[in-house]
Amino acid sequence: MYKVVIDGQPSEVTNGTTILAACEQLGIEIPTLCYLKHLTPEGSCRICVVEVKGARHLQIACATPCTDGMEITTMNERIYAFRHMIIELLLANHHADCFNCSANGSCKLYQYAMDYDVEQTRFEEVTKFRPKDESSEFFNYDPSKCILCRRCVRTCNQLQSNHTLSLKNRGVATWVGLPFDKLFKDSNCVSCGNCVSVCPTGALTTKASKKYRSWEVTKTRTTCPYCGVGCQMDLLVKNGKIVGVEPADGPANSNLLCVKGKFAYRFINHPDRLKTPLVRKNGVLTSTSWDEALDYVAEGIKRIKAESGPDAIAGFASARATNEDNYVFMKMMRAAIGTNNVDHCARL
Amino acid sequence: MEELRVVLSKAGDISPIKSSEYVSVGGYEGLRKAVEAPEKVIEFIKASGLRGRGGAGFPTGLKLSFTANTPADQKYIVCNADEGEPGTNKDRVIMEEIPHRIFEGMAIAAVAVGADQGYIYLRAEYPHLKKILEEALADAREHSFIGPNIVNSGFNFDIQLFIGAGAYVCGEETALLDSLEGKRGEPRFKPPFPGVAGLWGKPTLVNNVETLANLPAIILNGPEWFRQIGTEKCPGTKVFTLSGNILNPGVYEYPIGVTIRELFEDVGGCCPNGKKLYAVQTGGASGNIIPPSLLDTPMDIERCSENGATFGAGDLMFIDEDRCLLDVLENLIEFFEHESCGKCTPCRTGNPQLLALIRKFKNGTAKQSDLELMLELGNVMVGGCLCGLGQAAPNPILSAVRFFPEVFKVNNNYERGAS
Amino acid sequence: MTNSIAEVVDADAILVIGSNTTETHPVIGAKIRQAVNRGAKLIVAEPREIPLAQQAEIFLPLKPGTNVAFLNGLMNVIINEDLMDEEYVKNRTEGFEELWDIVKEYTPEKVGEICCIDPEDLKAAARIYAKAERAPIFYAMGVTQHSTGTAGVMSVANLALLCGKVGKYGCGVNPLRGQNNVQGACDMGCLPGDYTGYQKVANPEARAKFEKAWGVGLSSRPGLTITEVMDAIESGEVRCLYIMGENPMVSDPNLNHVEHALRSCELLIVQDIFLTETAELADVVLPATCYAEKEGTVTNTERRVQMIRRAVPGPGDSRDDWMILSEIMHRLGYDNEFSSPQEVLEEIARVTPSYGGFSFERLEKVQPQWPCPTPDHPGTPILHVGKFSRGERAIFKPSPCILGAELPDEEYPLILTTGRILYHYHTRTMTGKNEDLNRVVGRSFVEINPTDAAKLGIEDGGRVRVTSRRGEVEVDARVTNRVSEGVIFMPFHFVDGAANRLTNNVVDPIAKIPEYKVCAAKLRAM
Repeated sequence: MYKVVIDGQPSEVTNGTTILAACEQLGIEIPTLCYLKHLTPEGSCRICVVEVKGARHLQIACATPCTDGMEITTMNERIYAFRHMIIELLLANHHADCFNCSANGSCKLYQYAMDYDVEQTRFEEVTKFRPKDESSEFFNYDPSKCILCRRCVRTCNQLQSNHTLSLKNRGVATWVGLPFDKLFKDSNCVSCGNCVSVCPTGALTTKASKKYRSWEVTKTRTTCPYCGVGCQMDLLVKNGKIVGVEPADGPANSNLLCVKGKFAYRFINHPDRLKTPLVRKNGVLTSTSWDEALDYVAEGIKRIKAESGPDAIAGFASARATNEDNYVFMKMMRAAIGTNNVDHCARL
Repeated sequence: MEELRVVLSKAGDISPIKSSEYVSVGGYEGLRKAVEAPEKVIEFIKASGLRGRGGAGFPTGLKLSFTANTPADQKYIVCNADEGEPGTNKDRVIMEEIPHRIFEGMAIAAVAVGADQGYIYLRAEYPHLKKILEEALADAREHSFIGPNIVNSGFNFDIQLFIGAGAYVCGEETALLDSLEGKRGEPRFKPPFPGVAGLWGKPTLVNNVETLANLPAIILNGPEWFRQIGTEKCPGTKVFTLSGNILNPGVYEYPIGVTIRELFEDVGGCCPNGKKLYAVQTGGASGNIIPPSLLDTPMDIERCSENGATFGAGDLMFIDEDRCLLDVLENLIEFFEHESCGKCTPCRTGNPQLLALIRKFKNGTAKQSDLELMLELGNVMVGGCLCGLGQAAPNPILSAVRFFPEVFKVNNNYERGAS
Repeated sequence: MTNSIAEVVDADAILVIGSNTTETHPVIGAKIRQAVNRGAKLIVAEPREIPLAQQAEIFLPLKPGTNVAFLNGLMNVIINEDLMDEEYVKNRTEGFEELWDIVKEYTPEKVGEICCIDPEDLKAAARIYAKAERAPIFYAMGVTQHSTGTAGVMSVANLALLCGKVGKYGCGVNPLRGQNNVQGACDMGCLPGDYTGYQKVANPEARAKFEKAWGVGLSSRPGLTITEVMDAIESGEVRCLYIMGENPMVSDPNLNHVEHALRSCELLIVQDIFLTETAELADVVLPATCYAEKEGTVTNTERRVQMIRRAVPGPGDSRDDWMILSEIMHRLGYDNEFSSPQEVLEEIARVTPSYGGFSFERLEKVQPQWPCPTPDHPGTPILHVGKFSRGERAIFKPSPCILGAELPDEEYPLILTTGRILYHYHTRTMTGKNEDLNRVVGRSFVEINPTDAAKLGIEDGGRVRVTSRRGEVEVDARVTNRVSEGVIFMPFHFVDGAANRLTNNVVDPIAKIPEYKVCAAKLRAM
């Protein structure tokens, strides 16, 4: 264990703890743009600087490991001015079209500009922006909003390991692009949307996000309904409807999702959802009340059981339903009907 | 002060290719001595006080010991021959004239740290050196100075030549390693330092050509001999590059501590055509620009920094009275803007802004606030960029503002005059 | 899975067999690739050149239906080259002699012929797997969905045991379960022969326990599996079928047969969220809420129990499944005391030792993996550490390779294999309602090797008719090197051009799993 002092507060950290993690332990917030849990810190955005006693320059919190006896200051005039400058520099290369931006309300650059009182950058715009790519069915890419934090590139390469996104050119001409300047739809992109989930600005946004602002939605943590991995995610709800999905840091998925988890939620609000019980009358399925439908089911089961015994009834439970639903189903078949004819599509 | 050749000793007198000729002038004797007592090599280098000749001046013995003390199944020696600093040509000359001395230095380092593979990362803009180095390496391999069982010692150490891809930033050791791994050349965050986790994550010693070429003589003649040369804190010689408005531009090896005036007047022969010296850029393209009043500054890391000059890689670019300093600065910042890798915010976005500001001074539209913004930005870059490229890029401007304030004329009325 | 998903990134070598992981379990696929980024050696054994094959150290394009021969071949090399974990085999297994009796026949040369692979690749794969300290095996339906699926699974386990890679971090036998709660549905006893937590119906003690817990007498007669139920409906033995959240009209093999059975069922009750192809045939359809509209728990492929939570109200009069079922039970004269899913889980925990430690309250904070017998038990990330469920030792259950039940012949010269694609899920009940996904892939297709395509005059993108002994469908052709000569692949998601009109409903005699992965077919350009 190392002893460190952060803003006058003594603390103990394990060997290898970064300054950022040590600050988190004490509940001290440090602004970050390029930093992302699960990625190797690369220290490129420089906004997370703090002052370390004895060090000539400010140090970045996300990557610098604590050393024993380290004394850290997380805010003073020097740090404030430095971060202010970084935000100004970024804004000079950012199409600040906040009013129209899908990320309005969830943009980290906007947030930090507000936190550090950057009303306007003193610098001139020097970047020539690349054209938008809206070819994906699921998300849009607007390079003019990109601040080159490279989270998307690193997520695509290190975590998703799909190698669709890469850095092109260098210096101020650097941009995030695809091999041979392809469009997303013509590339090897698997539409996992993990780049979109990690983008701190409006450079990569879901097509649906144009229609809501972050303050309008509530989040509900749940488990993805598709395959058996059990990814944890948040459903974003506006006015009683799901409008988006964000990955969560579950034990199985560590903030990743796939195209189905991230984007295939529209069936929930689909108009074709069943809304009332249906009973076949004169060969046609007809809307009816729960009482009628349930009576119909119960009477039918009772009659067949009376005539042919319980084993004339069989039930298929569901690999899509919850443990509780399946338990009650199984109990219904065995305890209420009296047969062991219960199975589900485990084999299919 | 007299010229003294350690690194360039016998350079030009013998074939650069044939190891037999290098051996005839005492070549590879240092290596023979090193393999007899590998454990003493680092001790010797530490005692010699040798510091890196690439620009940062880090104690070489300490660097060797980091790599030596990190246990690993594989270690590497990398020779940084990506000499990309405009106005620096010293490594080129060493490689052209006496490459075996570099190989010998690398092999000594390999024996000391326990590496069996070396790489020379050669600047792509030195295409003629590829042939020389390849032939010299083949000759060294043929005579078992590199390859399996070098000088019959039981040690294996081979060297592979790797041609860079034309990026200045790859002279930065971690960007060089990324490039060597086949990636986009971008500096890595340190720690971990290459000595602990470098090439492909393995402990790697990365040293400049000139630094490595110093090792054979130190091992052969001993640290005390080396310490007699140069200054107390910076023993040894330095290969200086003189360029710009000077009569005898070129590469010269002198003991460290030689003054800029000696190099300018005695060695370089002053400005041509009787022009007056206006300024000197010291240390390289990212070094400080100083006025003639500081010519008596000795070229020594500590003296330079005390006086506001830069030791760097030992470059001196002389600027005569006919030159416009703003043109020089514009040219330098264009270079850094072009060579920035784009990874960290202050370097990527700061250099173009410095360039825009310098151009305002050039066209007379700069205000007092522009001067202040330029200094503020420059200082943020010095303290906040990820690697040396960005940290040093504002040096010419910051030093010029300090020593040549008259150049930065502001026109506070400009705003009112403009529509 | 015997081990946990998170362990894969620390692997030294990974064997993937019968799983197109990046498309069917994309996040595990991504983690396998992360391991490869860190230096793990990947071995992929699959009939198709799936995306993971590109990152593989060794890719073995197995002829469909030859998994057992391949696995036996690996063990043959491992034993012959002294790469097995002798200590482990001696102390923790039984039946090595029997194993050797069978696998000794499977020399690399013979296996090379059976599987259509290079024997040298087989040897190299065996060495990589056996020598690695941490080497998990991942498999999925490509191993199980065969008439010899049980033998496939046993052979995977044999291989892991032989190398001492069971009960160890970063190793294990790791089946990837296909559906979000297929593990949970099995755990909950939705299997004819099992109560919850695999307590056997055939075991009188277990039955007595549930009789006591539920306060009723229980049947000891063995129940029927899905495929058996279909036959039993046709023979009149079963007259009523209650289907909750399944769509056998797309998902089951030999759909013509399924359709006939469902149409002839006297009382078909379907409880679902959409009017699925199956619901259209029902007598009663009950509208259920979906996962975003209810609370409960699901169990993932690594046995981890996690919550789903209500984000929005269900549409119209839809109700939660458990509520509908409780209502029916009440009408059948059996009353549950449940007033919430939480109370259902409390009962599950009472009657299921491996689930004893789960409650909503606890799962809000941590999500342990079963077995988790008590509320203070941390869960079990790795099974069989030091001890197997049957005792000290595991038994090798070797099996010779028996090829698919229906092999190509002159009339049906191609092997048809089926699977999922990235952009759709199972019967598309959910994904098919997303227009963006449909625009990416909206129609069924068949993958065919360029050589076969040239012979048959089939062009990429052209329409073709695929025929088997059970039916025929029309789909788009995709001419691609992903499949070997003699093999064609179809996704099974689509109703129009349904692969399961063609598949064979022959089942594995033990697991009763149908042979989706191999049947004989022919192809004709239209």
